[in-house]
Amino acid sequence: MTSTTSLRRTPLYDIHKKYGGRIVDFHGWELPVQYEGILKEHQTVRTAVGLFDVSHMGQIWVRGPQALDFLQKTNTNDISRIGPGRAIYSHLPNEQGGVVDDLIISCFGKERYFLVVNAATLDNDFAWLQKQAKGFQVQLENKSDYYGMIAVQGPKALGLISADLPQVVGLPRFGAAELDVLGQPGIVTRTGYTGEEGCELIVPAEHAPKVWEHLMSRGAALGVKPCGLGCRDTLRLEAGYLLYGSDIDMEHSSYEAGYGWVVKLDKGDFIGKAHFAKQKAEGVKRRLIGLKLMDRGVPRPGHQVSVDGKSAGILSSATFSPTLSAGIAMGYLDRPDLKPGARVAIEMHGRQVPAEVVRMPFYLSKELKNAKA
Amino acid sequence: MPKPENCRFTKTHEWVSLEAGTAVVGVTDHAQREITDIVFVEPPKPGRQVKAGEACCVVESVKAAFDIYAPIAGEVMAANEALAKDAAVVNRSPQDEGWLFKLKPANPGEVNKLMDWDAYQAFLQTADAHAGH
Repeated sequence: MTSTTSLRRTPLYDIHKKYGGRIVDFHGWELPVQYEGILKEHQTVRTAVGLFDVSHMGQIWVRGPQALDFLQKTNTNDISRIGPGRAIYSHLPNEQGGVVDDLIISCFGKERYFLVVNAATLDNDFAWLQKQAKGFQVQLENKSDYYGMIAVQGPKALGLISADLPQVVGLPRFGAAELDVLGQPGIVTRTGYTGEEGCELIVPAEHAPKVWEHLMSRGAALGVKPCGLGCRDTLRLEAGYLLYGSDIDMEHSSYEAGYGWVVKLDKGDFIGKAHFAKQKAEGVKRRLIGLKLMDRGVPRPGHQVSVDGKSAGILSSATFSPTLSAGIAMGYLDRPDLKPGARVAIEMHGRQVPAEVVRMPFYLSKELKNAKA
Repeated sequence: MPKPENCRFTKTHEWVSLEAGTAVVGVTDHAQREITDIVFVEPPKPGRQVKAGEACCVVESVKAAFDIYAPIAGEVMAANEALAKDAAVVNRSPQDEGWLFKLKPANPGEVNKLMDWDAYQAFLQTADAHAGH
């Protein structure tokens, strides 16, 4: 047995045990990979509503007269595009044009911004941001231990929260609000990592169990279920969302990941801008490409990909897609020219399995498609 | 199909049952619960010679791939064709409809070296039982 003494628990740990969660070590956190099963939980989020404990994620407040200037310097996206009550997805670039983390920034006032970052990168992000903050009139506060965070995701997510938080239903996609959540001050954003409609509730940690249990009982008739990290990964991969550390990192840029839309070269200076500008002008030599398996089997991260018999790269994320009933993957291929429909081969257990280049996302709910249009 | 009580078991959680000179092989209920949602089975090809303990079949869940080991030496005679359409049968019925493959044993007596039902139940109570799958 491995020692669990150094692992951290979220405020919802006891609840995961109560609902039969199968606990694993996720970047140093004890979190449920599944309760009833990944396929069932995946289906619940695609057809009804699921609750995810994402309390391990990091929350950082950025406050002060130069909060916006500071965020403009440290982000690829144009943070001036959001005013109070709006959120935006962005990348934190490094000096070499790589990515320190991906994050969601909410604006709650000219001098008040709220960052949600990845759990595994939180400490590094906070140190990085503090270093960059020198010379700016800005205060950074890491409030990750103070908050618990619950993602409510699925076509019935808004129906579930409408009784308690009717304001959230009125928010647009990527809307953000500070409001009372069942008696405690919280933050709610119309965001998620599943490709479905929904929101994320950020509340004081000790209040999170009450919120969770309230949603479980109120949502019983809607078919709400607790959902683990296993289906979180299958859902996000179907939706074409990046997993930091696998699909994007210090060595892979936003352009290479196909996320050029989060890089705004016209907004003024930001860290690593020259590298990004050069890459945009010259084009990328490798690109994150979506693949769908044409035969049976399950691709996995690390599997080799070849094109016309020549090695072309490896898979960064891969799984069985419950919605498509097929293997799906994304990987960096040194063939940025490949178009949807092109054929590649993935080496799986010594077999060369044919796969097709497809446009990402592999799947997006009709609600989110409409929200995009 | 065999009752678990009439099967023999490996420490890697395969079961084997001898029926009229043919060894039927599958994974135990404990194994299918540990593997979780099974979405794909890649069985060994008929005619392949396998040694006892040789990895010869892959069972894939959404999360990971698991090697299945031949409990005894022999020649692969058949694979469970039904699993190509619905691999989840292994979850629903691991010791009956969800059998994986059949072997012609090199030495039928070899099964007697494996654990019987009672010994396997006792093994499941030990920490070693959870090291494999």
